Amino acid sequence: MRHIISILMENEAGALSRVAGLFSARGYNIQSLTVAPTEDPSLSRMTLVTAGSEEVIEQITKQLNKLVDVVKLVDLTEGPHIEREMLLVKVQTDGEARTELKRLADIFRGRIIDVTTTTYVIELTGTGDKLDAFIEALGGNMILEVVRSGVSGIARGEKSLHL
Amino acid sequence: MELTGADIVVRCLKDEGVEYLFGYPGGAVLHIYDALYKQEDVKHILVRHEQGATHAADGYARATGRPGVVLVTSGPGATNAVTGIATAYMDSIPMVILTGQVPTALIGNDAFQEVDNVGITRPCVKHNFLVKDVKDLAETIKKAFYIATSGRPGPVLVDIPKDVTANKAEYHYPETVSIRSYNPVNKGHPGQIKKAVDLMLSAQRPMLYTGGGVVLGNAADALTEMTRLLGYPITNTLMGLGGYPATDKQFLGMLGMHGTYEANMAMHHCDVLIAIGARFDDRVTGNIAKFCPTAEIIHVDIDPASISKNVKVDVPIVGAVGSVLADMIRLIKAGERKPDQDALAAWWRQIQEWRGMDCLKFDRASEIIKPQYVLEKLYEVTRGEAFVTSDVGQHQMWAAQYYKFDKPRRWINSGGLGTMGFGLPAAMGVQFAHPDATVACVTGEGSIQMCIQELSTCLQYQLPIKVINLNNRYLGMVRQWQEFFYQGRYAMSYMDSLPDFVKLAEAYGHVGMLINKPADVEGALKEAMALKDRLVFMDFITDQNENVYPMIPHGAGLNEMILV
Ligand SMILES: Cc1ncc(C[n+]2csc(CCOP(=O)(O)OP(=O)(O)O)c2C)c(N)n1
Repeated sequence: MRHIISILMENEAGALSRVAGLFSARGYNIQSLTVAPTEDPSLSRMTLVTAGSEEVIEQITKQLNKLVDVVKLVDLTEGPHIEREMLLVKVQTDGEARTELKRLADIFRGRIIDVTTTTYVIELTGTGDKLDAFIEALGGNMILEVVRSGVSGIARGEKSLHL
Repeated sequence: MELTGADIVVRCLKDEGVEYLFGYPGGAVLHIYDALYKQEDVKHILVRHEQGATHAADGYARATGRPGVVLVTSGPGATNAVTGIATAYMDSIPMVILTGQVPTALIGNDAFQEVDNVGITRPCVKHNFLVKDVKDLAETIKKAFYIATSGRPGPVLVDIPKDVTANKAEYHYPETVSIRSYNPVNKGHPGQIKKAVDLMLSAQRPMLYTGGGVVLGNAADALTEMTRLLGYPITNTLMGLGGYPATDKQFLGMLGMHGTYEANMAMHHCDVLIAIGARFDDRVTGNIAKFCPTAEIIHVDIDPASISKNVKVDVPIVGAVGSVLADMIRLIKAGERKPDQDALAAWWRQIQEWRGMDCLKFDRASEIIKPQYVLEKLYEVTRGEAFVTSDVGQHQMWAAQYYKFDKPRRWINSGGLGTMGFGLPAAMGVQFAHPDATVACVTGEGSIQMCIQELSTCLQYQLPIKVINLNNRYLGMVRQWQEFFYQGRYAMSYMDSLPDFVKLAEAYGHVGMLINKPADVEGALKEAMALKDRLVFMDFITDQNENVYPMIPHGAGLNEMILV
């Protein structure tokens, strides 16, 4: 099963490579990984999407907790949560297709943030599935470039991951 | 007063109570060596290879429970140390390794003798640090000792660029440090402990299986008390030997790949398995699918990640082994419930029957020296009081099987990584820790040559180690696998062109002895032990074709042993 693990860790040089190294050394899979400092500059927040059996996920969370730089972590998929990912896509477009594309972006609540006579850059935020669906709808031949941020997530309600 | 980084390093070691520093100099650490030169509190031991430094520090740590400390230079000094660091990591040995690094301004420039020490060692240390500012040096060293020795112990590396050792800062060594992201547990959960005790007391066929955690956690006395209180059979892992007195009647010997018949059979047939400070290593479990098919399992371990990693357990308890055992003993004593004596008697009758197989028998009438015989005699001659280090191979298994360890920290071997070359330098560390004790290094002609240069260190510091070389002219353990599983195709397992070990020992300034008749074994051992202040290298010419039995072949369960 797919799991989203949110990690608060010391904002130290090398902390990211400890996590990445752990995953490669133990043969766990990483689907996406995002990391940035939090409002407390001494802490980084990392969101990691992985997949595995219950046993594997249990080992992953235990092994992560064992890293000296990891302060706290939570498996967001254990409770109600929100996940978001941002997509930037550059598409080749001219003539008739431009209005069609604008309409498609609107349907997905995307925004066109860069325009030239031959290209658009569209920004879209949502779950991974929604981004997949949009890319699918665009069809392969107009896409010049796709950039995805990787998943960030947060628990719903009062529950929160902080010190 | 402001001190240089180099002086700060040395002051930290002194304030930490470090007795010995095992190391080897080089460019990046010359300031530190200069600081060492000016004082006498911390004694620096000059090895002959950085691997030797790490194993010596490791042996010291295993024999004392105190952290071993290493100092090596950047680049090749650090890479040479990696094998020893990984060895300590796999066996959870507390160790602090100080490595030199090129000056901060040159880091990343492929400078002379630059290697990314933090990167190279990351997968084989508990934690590591790069100190970029001399102001952080003392606190980082304190953190290194704290992390290395607390929770599940392990090696911690501190990488120190050369300019940091030249720069100055105010010296302050903190008494304690706290790290918000690192809070090892000590006490076990009372509810879980209660559940475990209830399950233990309900057992019909109980079995205690204990490992290195008991030794590391200084919990041998508590384990012995609880085991006697319950009257249950007990086995130790390779790392756990000495955690329970081997001469006691409740002890079934070691378990696992080369464990005794009775220990492995009792594991296989038990209904409640009590695992304490052991980690269900593949060399212990055999085929996981066939492991303890009828048992409910209790597992006590300080490391939550060790629990349910290989084998799913029923009652997990995270905590320091000593503390959890004390809580268990209290509950057992206070409770009404006692072990089911009838069931236990029947279980012991069954175990006696298994014991009757006499699985460690060997040919005592042999004209050629049997390795098992040497170890039996070593045990007798040293009256079981020696510290025994070993290398890796058949000799290691025979030492584990035939030398009966009644006390913890007497059996010192590389269990997890299986590092050939460990034995001699580890023995040096043990001998420094216990200058008056008998320290025997059981080795093979393959392993000993991996760190033989340390014979020179032994001369320099007058270490009267007794090297027991079981010379079978084969990489014996490799040969055994080739005999069993490769139809006797002995690819590269034969040691050609061996040195004359007697002359070699003499060339290094030690005493060499060649023993090739069974009748001479005991006398030679006595003679060697009597040479209290000399290193004696005993070259025993042993049976080339002897195998280690019992053996659990790959894919088999614990009840499917190959017997002699
Ligand atoms: C550094 C290292 N290289 C290779 C091995 C693989 N290995 C395990 S046992 C063994 C043979 C050891 O031979 P020897 O030291 O003569 O001991 P014996 O088995 O004959 O008692 C080898 C090569 C190892 N454990 N460590």
